[in-house]
Amino acid sequence: MTSTASTLTVSVNGEPRQVAAGLTLDQLVATLTTAPSGVAAALNEDVVPRSRWAATTLVDGDRVEVLTAVQGG
Amino acid sequence: MADDPLTIGDTTFTSRLIMGTGGAPSLDVLERALLASGTELTTVAMRRLDPSVSGSILSLLDKHGIRVLPNTAGCYTSGEAVLTARLAREALGTDWVKLEVIADERTLLPDPVELLDAAETLVDDGFTVLPYTNDDPVLARKLEDVGCAAVMPLGSPIGSGLGIRNPHNFQLITERARVPVVLDAGAGTASDVALAMELGCAAVMLASAVTRAQEPVLMAEGMRHAVEAGRLAQRAGRIPRRHFAEASSPSEGVPLLDPERPAFR
Repeated sequence: MTSTASTLTVSVNGEPRQVAAGLTLDQLVATLTTAPSGVAAALNEDVVPRSRWAATTLVDGDRVEVLTAVQGG
Repeated sequence: MADDPLTIGDTTFTSRLIMGTGGAPSLDVLERALLASGTELTTVAMRRLDPSVSGSILSLLDKHGIRVLPNTAGCYTSGEAVLTARLAREALGTDWVKLEVIADERTLLPDPVELLDAAETLVDDGFTVLPYTNDDPVLARKLEDVGCAAVMPLGSPIGSGLGIRNPHNFQLITERARVPVVLDAGAGTASDVALAMELGCAAVMLASAVTRAQEPVLMAEGMRHAVEAGRLAQRAGRIPRRHFAEASSPSEGVPLLDPERPAFR
């Protein structure tokens, strides 16, 4: 996938995805889930607290992991 | 039991059975099994969010007031485990973590070097750390020394149902530990759980033994009783093992009877 001036390519849970330039982390997570809690996000292997999602603008090549709790252990 | 609570970190529990949630045939069976087990603390794993999955283990635990204990299952390095614990803290609002750092997929045995490193980092970061560890008394002591709130030695490999392969090591661990020792992994049936408690474990953690049993709800109830029975027996203090019999009826006052009397024939 190629990025242009208005789009950029990020990795979301291991899958490449083209998103609009200026997309913030909370906007990205909202495309996956509307759950108000129980979800955490890591940007390039660093935890981003939910309170900072709206202020976190994605840039080309970012790696985003969005996790939740599942049955296990 | 109400008069014999379990304290881990700053929290007190009535139940001494920590449950896992993996391997259940359905969320409904899991729910009934968790209720039958009487558990108050139950593990979940952290995985990539799948928008197609409906029904949440979190809402189930929340509905029944069961405290959630995120694990770091699937992590092979200290770094992965620390990041997973921090994500779990962010997602679930708990600083408790069941720390798992495994060495290889075939045995799922812990990697002691990575485990100890992750434990130290997470304790320093304010976590209440419950590490899944080998049944190694030295490693158990080191984990306690870096500030873990409990130690959770394996009886045998995860999901194997082989019980406690080295009861002596468990005894060595429980004899000197100042934090709760929790059997983690290997329980196959109720007697394994009772033995763990008799060896001085403060609690038992299990999943597969219940979730993969033919009747998970029945087995969950059995495990609850086994934990309580083993705990009571441990507190009561068992009799010493003897080589020969010791009569439990009095040896005095036995009547002298004539074995030749016709009435005896």
